[in-house]
Amino acid sequence: MAKATREAYGEELAKLVKENPKIVVLDADLAGSTKSAVGGKEAPERFFDMGIAEANMIGVAAGFAASGYIPFASSFAMFCTGRVWEQVRNSVAYPGLNVKIVGSHSGISVGEDGVTHQAIEDIAIMRAITGLRVYVPCDQYETKAVIDYVAENDGPCYVRLGRSAVDDVFTPDKKFDITKINILKSGAKIAVFCCGLMVQSTLKAAEMLKEEGIDITVVDVCAIKPADEEGIARVLEDHETIFTVEEHSVLGGLGSLVCEIAADRCPRKIHRIGMYGFGESADWKTLLKEYNLDGEGVYNQIKGYL
Amino acid sequence: MDIAALRKHAKNIRINIIKEVSNAKSGHPGGSLGAADILTVLYFEVMDITAENAGSMDRDRFVLSKGHASPLLYAILAEKGIIPESELLTFRKLHTRLQGHPDMNELDGIDMSTGSLGQGFSAAVGMALANRLDHSEHRIYCLAGDGECEEGQIWEAAMAAGHYKLDNLCLIIDENGLQIDGKTEDVISPAPFEAKFEAFGWHTISVDGHDYQQLKNAFDEAKTIKGRPTCIVAKTIKGKGVSYMENVADWHGKAPGAELTEKALRDLEEN
Repeated sequence: MAKATREAYGEELAKLVKENPKIVVLDADLAGSTKSAVGGKEAPERFFDMGIAEANMIGVAAGFAASGYIPFASSFAMFCTGRVWEQVRNSVAYPGLNVKIVGSHSGISVGEDGVTHQAIEDIAIMRAITGLRVYVPCDQYETKAVIDYVAENDGPCYVRLGRSAVDDVFTPDKKFDITKINILKSGAKIAVFCCGLMVQSTLKAAEMLKEEGIDITVVDVCAIKPADEEGIARVLEDHETIFTVEEHSVLGGLGSLVCEIAADRCPRKIHRIGMYGFGESADWKTLLKEYNLDGEGVYNQIKGYL
Repeated sequence: MDIAALRKHAKNIRINIIKEVSNAKSGHPGGSLGAADILTVLYFEVMDITAENAGSMDRDRFVLSKGHASPLLYAILAEKGIIPESELLTFRKLHTRLQGHPDMNELDGIDMSTGSLGQGFSAAVGMALANRLDHSEHRIYCLAGDGECEEGQIWEAAMAAGHYKLDNLCLIIDENGLQIDGKTEDVISPAPFEAKFEAFGWHTISVDGHDYQQLKNAFDEAKTIKGRPTCIVAKTIKGKGVSYMENVADWHGKAPGAELTEKALRDLEEN
């Protein structure tokens, strides 16, 4: 089955809003798109559209959290991270307030809207903020598990979601440990770390490589921060050739995270696959193909290094 | 209302502001001195905060959106007995609870961490929305600077508070007419505030920010206004009480040396 991670967010939020009277839902005029409205309509008195004013939305969320509420504040990833970076740093992360920032429409897979709406730096800038947790789930089940996890665990976080319907990676009965990596396939010598919808692309690439007799290890890294450093280091130790794949700039995101852990614990040559510049307008599948981030593109990039 | 008692509090608070900034050799004396009368009335005549309930959320709360006036907030907390007066001399020193700008996790009685202009006001809007959900009778107060109102976020927050008809929220604008680069009217002209806030759906009251009776009356009036938030526009003199600091933009963010500290303390003692 295919479902957008933002759809899963809306469904899970609806469940949580019914269960927990302390959850409030904020959006900045994109509630229909981020799917926060699906959660909000379960308790209209706890849904607040803050209009096209993201900086204020983050501050209001901080005020709710300072009053004992658990605000989920959503917009497109570009506008709830980049536009409000300093509000998140100073009004949310510095006081350690329990604000859940959920950005949909991340990466180039926003598609036709083009560069202004394609957040490819959000992981980097949010990861740089002290105390802010960062999660990039890959499918509907992992998204629901992340949303449950952040609702239960006190502290500020950023959850990165996508616009487009993506294939399931997990099954409904999967028991998640959100703090740990998920090893989806075990191979020899080659390991690929990936997150978000690059998990699906990497799994496709893995199938193509398998047909050629190459078994690769595929690692889903949903918890970008705090990262499962032990788990990542173990994979680095067990493999010779390392790749990272992200729908994000190769500066500061998953690739950088794995390089940092490698530098600290287990030096390896690491090939970073991702965005090396801005994207452009087109439908999302065409864009993934153009930037070599669909299954075939990831396969080609891995092959190119072997 | 015992005006003589308020005067005495305000005098101690101003003396402590000078001692804090002078001892730290940094900080913001001008705006702290200018807003001292506003917060004296707020903390001693209006809000229900005490040394006993300072750590609780079950009381009126205050956000110092112009967080650089931290010497004033700390002096107020000392005057209320929430922190020891002796602690004021740790202001801006390594490992102090009295950070350069207020840190809500360091002290009971600081209701929001602030310092980056425009942001505290949004948090106050969030607190007012939360209080309404809680059916709380407690009110949310917020102090912003006139220069601070040049931040776009102030107007985003003003729009939201007006839209949500937050009559449990009271914003005070400390209108001293000065900012770091000079007179506000020369820099970018944020005034007039009354017409702007009214256009955003607010009730406004204009007062002399050094007149205790006018301030008290304004806070009382704000409590009676239903269906709209209230903005009190308080005209103040930046550096009030210290002759050489009054209406001088240069004293926004610098500390007086030993000689000028003595002169400042003499001015305040004689007042």
